[in-house]
Amino acid sequence: MAAAIETHDLTRRFGTLTAVDHLNLSVPEASIYGLLGPNGSGKSTAIRMLCGLLTPSEGTASVLGLSVPDQAEALRRKIGYMTQRFSLYEDLTVLENLSFMAEIQSLPRRERKGRIDSLLQVFDLGKQIRQRAGTMSGGQRQRLALAAATIHRPQLLFLDEPTSAVDPQSRRDFWETLFNLVDQGTTIVVSTHYMDEAERCHFLAILDRGMVAAQGAPRTLQEDIDATIVEVEAEQPNRTRKALLAVDGVFSVTQLGVRLRVLMNKSVTTPLVHVQSALKSRSPDARARLTTATLEDVFVAATQGRYRKQQRGPKQATPGARP
Amino acid sequence: MIISATRILAIFRKELKQLTRDRLTFGMIIGIPMLQMILFGYAINTDVRHLHAAVADQAQTQLSRAMIQDAQASQVLDIVAERATAEELEQLMRDGIVSIGIFIPHDFERRLQQGDRVAAQLLVDGSDPVILGAAQQLARMPVRLDTATGPVATKATFEVRAFYNPERRSAVNIVPGLIGVILTMTMVLFTAVAIVRERERGNLEMLITTPVSTPELMIGKVLPYILIGLIQVTIILGLGALLFQVPVNGSLVDIYLASLLFIGANLTLGLVISAVAKNQFQAMQMTFFFFLPSILLSGFMFPFEGMPLVARYIAEILPLTHFLRLIRGIMLRGAEIAALAPEVLALLAFMVLTMLIAILKFRKSLD
Ligand SMILES: Nc1ncnc2c1ncn2[C@@H]1O[C@H](COP(=O)(O)OP(=O)(O)OP(=O)(O)O)[C@@H](O)[C@H]1O
Ligand SMILES: [Mg+2]
Repeated sequence: MAAAIETHDLTRRFGTLTAVDHLNLSVPEASIYGLLGPNGSGKSTAIRMLCGLLTPSEGTASVLGLSVPDQAEALRRKIGYMTQRFSLYEDLTVLENLSFMAEIQSLPRRERKGRIDSLLQVFDLGKQIRQRAGTMSGGQRQRLALAAATIHRPQLLFLDEPTSAVDPQSRRDFWETLFNLVDQGTTIVVSTHYMDEAERCHFLAILDRGMVAAQGAPRTLQEDIDATIVEVEAEQPNRTRKALLAVDGVFSVTQLGVRLRVLMNKSVTTPLVHVQSALKSRSPDARARLTTATLEDVFVAATQGRYRKQQRGPKQATPGARP
Repeated sequence: MIISATRILAIFRKELKQLTRDRLTFGMIIGIPMLQMILFGYAINTDVRHLHAAVADQAQTQLSRAMIQDAQASQVLDIVAERATAEELEQLMRDGIVSIGIFIPHDFERRLQQGDRVAAQLLVDGSDPVILGAAQQLARMPVRLDTATGPVATKATFEVRAFYNPERRSAVNIVPGLIGVILTMTMVLFTAVAIVRERERGNLEMLITTPVSTPELMIGKVLPYILIGLIQVTIILGLGALLFQVPVNGSLVDIYLASLLFIGANLTLGLVISAVAKNQFQAMQMTFFFFLPSILLSGFMFPFEGMPLVARYIAEILPLTHFLRLIRGIMLRGAEIAALAPEVLALLAFMVLTMLIAILKFRKSLD
């Protein structure tokens, strides 16, 4: 598989802050590559560097075989960029926005109408062509933005948190269209902080304070997690949580309703026994069981630095592996 | 670099659509020139009567006495004092006792008949444009050469000497200047804000990842404002002619050409500001930083001749200075634009230079 994007120690500093810290990515063609990370972890900054919008402080990036930012001008015809913030014109209608983008992207005149019509259909915006973008709902706006970003059929698409204002059903539909684009050969880089979205990506890089905390296919990441996961059900999760944090080897307890997900060091040989004995006195009604890692667990472990060691491991068979 | 007409046109049309939908901006485009004209106009056009005046009649002929009577009959003046010399008239004016002095020299009749020099002087407290306006009306008053039925002198009898305001401002003088002031205010601000707004709203981040080039973006953005500038010029000229009978002595084509040049110079300056300003507020501040010296030093407010050398050098950089010379020359003196080549060149140079700075300063990145 050829790589659409290849970065080497890509770094960007703002003053003393390092927003992106020695990023090494290899994004295969015709795949969806997810950048998963909390607020401020450098997702937008990384995407902006890859689009040629920001100059890297250090490192190199090759995007579609072009070196960025030097050859950014040539790259602009081949990429689509959907910004985190809605960046079409709110005081223009759906149709006006799309026509504007078609002209700006220099679509041949006779193709414009057909292309816009098909986009309106694909993105289900046919009934709103005369509505101003500013008055549309979050989900409609996002569909319009994606339609505009893909109007010129870019080879490579950057989507910066494209579904942050979208309900789960619309999010599923949105991803349907993304998979269709990939089927047609488009490469997509998408940033998100939703686990369900991250799970759908072919490959993932989990970012934490500008650094890659873990990298690989979602399934692989789940299998390779360097932690034992115990799920605890308790009537008083808050009190139970405190008790669990005191247990030897527990490095994270996350509450999900009445359930608590406990991440423990793998070095603990009998994790369940440890947990149960700790619960017996403090929270006798609680029930604990061993379970497999979800992506959320991977995310929690990774952002706590539990993935780094493995990341440097030699037999890491992720697409992010470097020669 | 390939400049694409399609892309420029796309930006141009988008900008126009946005403008017509932005009621506030649209209102300002029409409202600012109207409001300014009417504000300035009212100050000038007030009907004044019974101004205190003093006379120094050195001629003491029948004709001079008849003229003084005529002036009084118009009810504009009440003659409250008679003096012997012009100096005494000035003293009265300084003391605030009268606001108009009529000075008739002893060779008044000879001057009238020969017609090569003005026959008499109206000394006016020019600090008040209302009075100045009235005096100018008075100065056009015809004098009966023959007290019986003789022909009426067609030439202006009086020379109006305005004190404290040697520029003799009136609607006639202010209207051409207003074109310049209003264009400076609106053109610089509108273009500066138009681009900064796109940056603030995030549109620019999307736009600069498209194949659009900097010159395309700038030209497309600026074109609508050229149209708007010309509309404003038309409003000011129309109102000036309608309300204040401001004459257009030169050719209309020349007026529009000069305005076009000046609009261009201001728009490119707006582009420079937009490339530097981080937000709309900064753009506004920078505009006013430029607007104030323009108004104060260009010769719109104070006569250019009376200013210190440093101020004059600064003024020579400002487009308004050159435009005022151009437009006053064309509108009031009926000069042709070709005769005012230095001013034209100065405006052109300013435009080219600022355009270059704007293109160099504006980077297609977020750094
Ligand atoms: N232009 C800038 N100047 C200074 N600091 C910046 C700039 N842009 C980003 N940063 C900083 O860089 C860090 C990474 O920001 P970035 O926007 O890339 O994060 P993100 O992962 O996209 O976050 P979010 O999920 O909130 O969008 C943040 O700490 C941010 O404050
Ligand atoms: Mg972001």
